[in-house]
Amino acid sequence: MTDTIKNDVLLELKDYSITFKTPDGDVKAVSGMNLTVKRGERIAIVGESGSGKSQTFLGLMGLLAKNGQTSGQALLEGRDVLALKPRELDKVRGKDMAMVFQDPMTALNPSLKISRQLTEQLEIHRGFTARAASVEALDMLKRVGIPDPTRRFNLYPHELSGGMRQRIVIAMALLTKPKLLIADEPTTALDVTIQAQILDLFNDLTAEMNTALLMITHDLGVVAGLADRVAVMYAGRIVEEAPVDELYENPAHPYTAALHAAIPRPDQDVDELVVIPGRPPNLQHLPKGCNFSPRCPKAEDDCIDGPPQLETVAPQHCAACFHPFPRLEELLTHA
Amino acid sequence: MLSYAFRRLLSTIPVLWIAVTACFFVLRLAPGGPFDGERSLPPAILQNLAAHYNLDKPLIQQYFYYVGDLLRGDLGPSFSSEDFNVAQQIMIGLPYTFTLGMTAFALAIIIGVAVGCLGALYQNKMPDYVLGAMILVGVVFPNFLIAPILQLVFGIQLAWLPVGGWGDGSLKFLVLPVVVMALPHAGRISRITRGSMIEVMNQNFIRTAKAKGIGPRLTVMRHALKPAMMPVVSYLGPAASYLLTGSLVVESIFGLPGIGRYFINAALNRDYGMVLGTVIFYMVLIVFLNLIVDIAYAWLDPKVRNR
Amino acid sequence: MILNPAKRELLAAELLEAEGLSPEGRSLTKDAMRRLCRNKAAVVSIVVLALLILAAFLGPYFIPHGYEDPDWAAFRAPPSWEDGHYFGTDPNGRDLLARVLYGTRVSLAVAFVATLVSVVIGVLYGAISGYFGGRLDSIMMRFVDIMYALPYILFVILLMVIFGRNVYLLFAAIGALEWLTMARIVRGQTLSLKHREFVEAARASGQKPLKIITKHIIPNLVGPVVIFAALTVPEIIATESFLSYLGFGVQEPLTSLGTLIAEGTDAMESMPWLLAFPAVFLVSLLLSLLFIGDGLRDAFDPKDR
Repeated sequence: MTDTIKNDVLLELKDYSITFKTPDGDVKAVSGMNLTVKRGERIAIVGESGSGKSQTFLGLMGLLAKNGQTSGQALLEGRDVLALKPRELDKVRGKDMAMVFQDPMTALNPSLKISRQLTEQLEIHRGFTARAASVEALDMLKRVGIPDPTRRFNLYPHELSGGMRQRIVIAMALLTKPKLLIADEPTTALDVTIQAQILDLFNDLTAEMNTALLMITHDLGVVAGLADRVAVMYAGRIVEEAPVDELYENPAHPYTAALHAAIPRPDQDVDELVVIPGRPPNLQHLPKGCNFSPRCPKAEDDCIDGPPQLETVAPQHCAACFHPFPRLEELLTHA
Repeated sequence: MLSYAFRRLLSTIPVLWIAVTACFFVLRLAPGGPFDGERSLPPAILQNLAAHYNLDKPLIQQYFYYVGDLLRGDLGPSFSSEDFNVAQQIMIGLPYTFTLGMTAFALAIIIGVAVGCLGALYQNKMPDYVLGAMILVGVVFPNFLIAPILQLVFGIQLAWLPVGGWGDGSLKFLVLPVVVMALPHAGRISRITRGSMIEVMNQNFIRTAKAKGIGPRLTVMRHALKPAMMPVVSYLGPAASYLLTGSLVVESIFGLPGIGRYFINAALNRDYGMVLGTVIFYMVLIVFLNLIVDIAYAWLDPKVRNR
Repeated sequence: MILNPAKRELLAAELLEAEGLSPEGRSLTKDAMRRLCRNKAAVVSIVVLALLILAAFLGPYFIPHGYEDPDWAAFRAPPSWEDGHYFGTDPNGRDLLARVLYGTRVSLAVAFVATLVSVVIGVLYGAISGYFGGRLDSIMMRFVDIMYALPYILFVILLMVIFGRNVYLLFAAIGALEWLTMARIVRGQTLSLKHREFVEAARASGQKPLKIITKHIIPNLVGPVVIFAALTVPEIIATESFLSYLGFGVQEPLTSLGTLIAEGTDAMESMPWLLAFPAVFLVSLLLSLLFIGDGLRDAFDPKDR
C-alpha cells in the first residue's frame, strides 16, 4: 500500500452536529465534531453509552430517529452525504458505506432467509442477477468463516447462533466492498470467546479490501490491537484524538486517563474495579464550561467558564482540556 | 411446513369433540323439552315424538347416537321444520352466508391493511386521520345501527341500492350488507396493522435494511410487511367468528336467506335441534378458518414451524 | 488544582435541578393524571359520561312520564315541548325519553356487573396461570386460545335459549365470556412480577402460593387491570345491545338501548325519532367510554403513541 493512497482522505466530518427535537426542548447529541478518515484507515471511536458515538454515525447513514436533525458537512470522497436526497443517499449507503450493528440477534430480519438478505444489495447496487449474487454471497460467507455455507445460506436467522449471525451481518456489510465500514459495538452482544474471533475478522477483511473501518466501542481494551487511531468522545464532543500507542502511553485528557484506568487488568490484583465517579451530563442541560468538569478530578475554576477547544498537544495528538496531563517524558525529566 | 399443517389439523379434533360434547349436554340438561310449547300435546303423541327423536333413551345413549350421526354429516332433525332436517336447512342457507362472509372478510382485510399501512407510514398526516375516523365509526357504531342508517341514505333517500333482499344475487344487492359487515373489521384490522407496522418500522432489522440502501419500497414491501402482518393474521381467527356473529344481524336486517337468519329464528322458537346443529356447524367452520390462519401465520413466522 | 468548593456545589445542584431530579421526585400516578387531563378528548368524554350517568339515574325523577305507562293521549307522537314528551312516544304511547333513560341505565348496569365478572374471572385465571407456569400454564392458555376462536355470542344465545331470558343470567353470561383478553394480560404481567424481589421474598418466607397471588401479585396488577377494564366496558355495552337487538336480551317491559334501536329500526321511516334518540345515546356512551379507555391507556403507557 503506497503512501499516496494511504493519505487520500475518504471521509471528512466538518462542524458536524446532531440535534434531537423533544417536547422538553432540543437535545444536542453531537456538537461541532471534526474528524478525518483516510482510505483503509482504522479508527476507533471510544466513549461511554450516551456519549453520542453511535448517533454520530447513524446520522451519517441517514438512520436517525425522525426527530433527529444533522448539520454541518460530512464529505465522503468530497460529496456531502448529509445534503443528499433520500434517493441519492440510497445509492451511497450499502454501497460505498456500510454499517454493522450492535446486536446480531435483532439486526437480521427474522422472516426472511439468509440468502434473500444477503443477495438483495448486490442485485440493487451492482446489478447482479439472482444467480450471480448467490455465488458472490456464498463466497463471502466462506470468507467470514461460516462452515458449510451452502446449507446455512437457506436457513432463517433464528436457526443460527449469535456469533454466526454477526458473521452474516459482517458479510452483508462487506458484500458490496464498501469504502467505509462502520461497526457499532459489533462484539458487545457476543460471548467473550467469540469477540476475539470477530475482531480478527474485521482486521483481516478490512485490510484485504482496503476498507476504512470506524469501530465504535465503549471498551478501550478492544481498541488496542485493532485501530490505527482513537477518538475519545464525551457528551457529544471529541475530547481527545491520537494514534493508538500514543493515546495509551500519553493520555492527555483526564477522561481518557480515567477510561484507561477503568480497564480491568488480569495482572494487577485489585480489590475493586475502578469507576469514574458521577455520570455523563444531561445533554439538554450541558454545563457551561467543559462537559467533563463536574466529574473531573483535575477541574479548576477556569474549567467552568468556557468549553475547551480541541488543540494539538503533540504531533498527531489533540485534546480538548485546559489542564491536560503532562507527557510521560516530561514527567520523567521532571523527576 | 406440511407436517406442521398436519399436526395442527390433528389438534383440532379434541377441540371440536369437547365443544360438541359440552353443547350437547348443556342443551339436554336444559329445563323443558323441545315440545313444551304453548299448546300442550296429548301424552301419547308426546311419547311417540320422543321415541321418534330418541328422546326416551338414556342421555348417554342419545349422546352416542348424536355423535355417530354427526360423523356421518347428519346434524339431526329440526324440531320445527318437517320438510328439512338441520343439515339440509344449513345447506340451503350456506351459499348466501358464504358469499356474504367471504366478500366481507376479503374487503375488510384489503381495506384494513392498506389504510393501516398508510396510517403507519404517514403518521399524523392525511391517511392517518382517515384511519382514525374509520376506526371510530367501525368501533362506535354497532352494525345494527350502521345498517339502518345506510339503508335510509342509500336505499331510501338516494335510492341507489336495494334496501334489502337477495334479488338475483347481483352485486348491487351485496353492496350494503357487505359494507356493514366489513366496516368494523376493516377498522380493527387497520388499527392493528398501523400499530404493528409502526413497531416493525422501528425494529433493528429495518434499520439494517435501510442501511443497505435498498430503497423505501423494498424496505416496506419485502422487509416490513411480512413481520407486520403477524398480529393481523392472528386477529383473523377471532375476526372470522366476529364476522359470523355479524352475519346474524346483517342477514336479519337485510332479509337475506342465510344461515344466520335460520339460527335466529330457531333460537327465538326454541328449536333446540336447529340451534345445536347451527352452533356446531359454525364451530367447525371457525375451527377450520383458524387452522388456515395458523398455517398462514407459520408461513409468516418461520420460528413457529419448528414447534 | 483546587476548585472552589462552593462553586462546585452550586454547579452540581444546578445540574440536578435541570434534570428534574428534585428531591421529591415525580409520582407515576400524578404524571399519568396530568397526561390524562391534557388529553382533551378524554376530559370531554369524562364530562359526557358523568352527564349520561346522572341523567340515567336521576333523570327519571324529573320527567313527567314513567317508562312503561302508556299515555293514551299520545300514541306515535313526535317530539314536542308542549305535552312533555320531549323525545316523542312509541307506538304504545310510552314516553321515549323515559325509556331511553331507562335503557341507558340497563346498559350501564350490564356494563358494571359484566365488567366486574370478567375482571374477577380474568384476574384469577391469569394470575394462577402465570404464577404456577409450566404445564398448567400452557394448558390454561391453550384453553383461552380455543375460547377465543369460538363464536361466543352463539353460546350466550344458546344459554339464553336454554335458561330463558333472565337479566342476571345475561349479565353473568356476557361477563363470563369477556374475560379472555383480561386473563392474557394478567398472565403476562404475573410472569414478569413473579421473579421480582418482593415475591421471591414472600416465597422464601414460606407463604402459600394462593396468599402470594392475592397479597403480592394482584395488588400490583391494579394499573393494567383498570385500564383494560375501561377498554372492555364499551365492548360489553355493544354486546348487550347486540343481544337485545336480536331479541335475546332484556325483555318487555324492561328495555335497553339495543331493544329500543331494534324497535326504532322497524319504524325508522314513519317515526325516525324512535331510532335517532336511542342511537345518539348509545353512540355517545360508547364514544365517551372508548375515549376514556384510550386516554387512560395512553396516560399510563405513553410509549404506545
